[in-house]
Amino acid sequence: MKFPKELRYTETHEWVKVDKGVAYIGITDFAQHSLGEIVFVELPEVDDELAQNEEFATIESVKAASDLNAPISGLVVEINEDLEDSPELLNENPYDNWIVKVEIEKESELESLLDSDAYKKLTEEE
Amino acid sequence: MKKTVLHSNHLKLGAKMVEYAGFEMPIQYTSIKEEHFAVREAAGVFDVSHMGEIHVIGKEATDFMDKVFTNQVRAMTANQVMYGFLLYDHGGVVDDLLVYKVNDEYYLLVVNASNTDKDFAWLKKQNHFDVDVLNQSSGYAEIALQGPKAEAMLQTHTAYDLSKLTFFTFDEVTLDEMTFLVSRTGYTGEDGFEIYGEHHDIKTLFQHLLIDHEDLKPCGLGARDTLRFEVALPLYGHEIDQDITPLEAGYKFAVDMDKPDFIGKEALVKQKEAGLKRRLVGLEILSKGIVREGAEVYKDDEKIGYVTTGYMSPSLNKAVALALIDKPHDKRGNNVQVKVRKRFLDANIVKKKLYNKS
Repeated sequence: MKFPKELRYTETHEWVKVDKGVAYIGITDFAQHSLGEIVFVELPEVDDELAQNEEFATIESVKAASDLNAPISGLVVEINEDLEDSPELLNENPYDNWIVKVEIEKESELESLLDSDAYKKLTEEE
Repeated sequence: MKKTVLHSNHLKLGAKMVEYAGFEMPIQYTSIKEEHFAVREAAGVFDVSHMGEIHVIGKEATDFMDKVFTNQVRAMTANQVMYGFLLYDHGGVVDDLLVYKVNDEYYLLVVNASNTDKDFAWLKKQNHFDVDVLNQSSGYAEIALQGPKAEAMLQTHTAYDLSKLTFFTFDEVTLDEMTFLVSRTGYTGEDGFEIYGEHHDIKTLFQHLLIDHEDLKPCGLGARDTLRFEVALPLYGHEIDQDITPLEAGYKFAVDMDKPDFIGKEALVKQKEAGLKRRLVGLEILSKGIVREGAEVYKDDEKIGYVTTGYMSPSLNKAVALALIDKPHDKRGNNVQVKVRKRFLDANIVKKKLYNKS
């Protein structure tokens, strides 16, 4: 299982990559592995306001629906439309296939996220 | 939590385990889709040892079964299997089950794991006959071998001509020098067998099957549910339960309304006379998204029913569902809306058997 060093993580298995004031958000390798085959992703819309720790998208595996929680607050500037027709991309490569791009609202919220070592440790305990 | 005799096999095979009806059971080994297609295209083997087995034995066994079971017990011949229901007086379902007729004085009832204790207590309460009702569940282990290659695979383990074991019959069959009760039944919409035996014999057979047949896949409860759902086989607590009658759910083929009496018949007769108020149908989801159990169904602004099971169907590769819909909105082709979180998804009412083998 992969835990890229350059990413930040949530306890609910989302990852965040920061690039020039914009955050890319996706789900972790651990998340895709526990969900099994992903068959549908319900995305938010561009211009939606995400609030930290609140649900912003839903991922459906064969068995069930799981909500994704926003790692940080901010305005959605882009959604990954490829996922609408190819949700399996999240299984194949969860770190290259971000789900939304968000304009970072409060830099301070990034501090609450886990680094890769802390996240890896968390998954080992689950 | 209870474990079946195959528990250590599941762990060795890398299964993801979940609690189901008080048992720790495999939900999947590799992937639900892979296991689903193994059964549709080749064969899969399921541990179904959690199912309940109840014996009804005695001089009046046939009279007793005729009273408690909705289907035509008196027409059964020895070695026949029949599907049907136990009903409450009000017509709701106690359980759905398979009845195996050994002889006029001996029946084996195979019931849902989640209902075994309830069924046993209910059957004993109805027992004003010269019969013994015995819960023998702990003495049985059971596997289901399902799929178009099931017969060819099982044939390599026995001298018994399995082509003579026809749909919904059973026999005592020697497999790898052990004795089993084998029926040509299943819960997948495919050809196949359900095999009952002593715990360690089942374990040995399960291992032999997986070693001998490279294209046989162990399958979990996940695929079991998608397979039965696609062919509209009901799951207790979803398509049928204590508040849903077999007529509403559309399983009247398993209810013999012509026989003089069975528990629940009066309620069903009344329901039929008054006209059914709702019916189980299929839904084809037209919008993007998946509807799940419990989702409310609307026609314009009126709530007209709810989803009993919903999936992205592996065989059809589209989102479909079973739903209980109020009349007169249940007509095929009717366009309805299903509420999923904050959205309403468009859907058409279709036949409840969603998948037909081509």
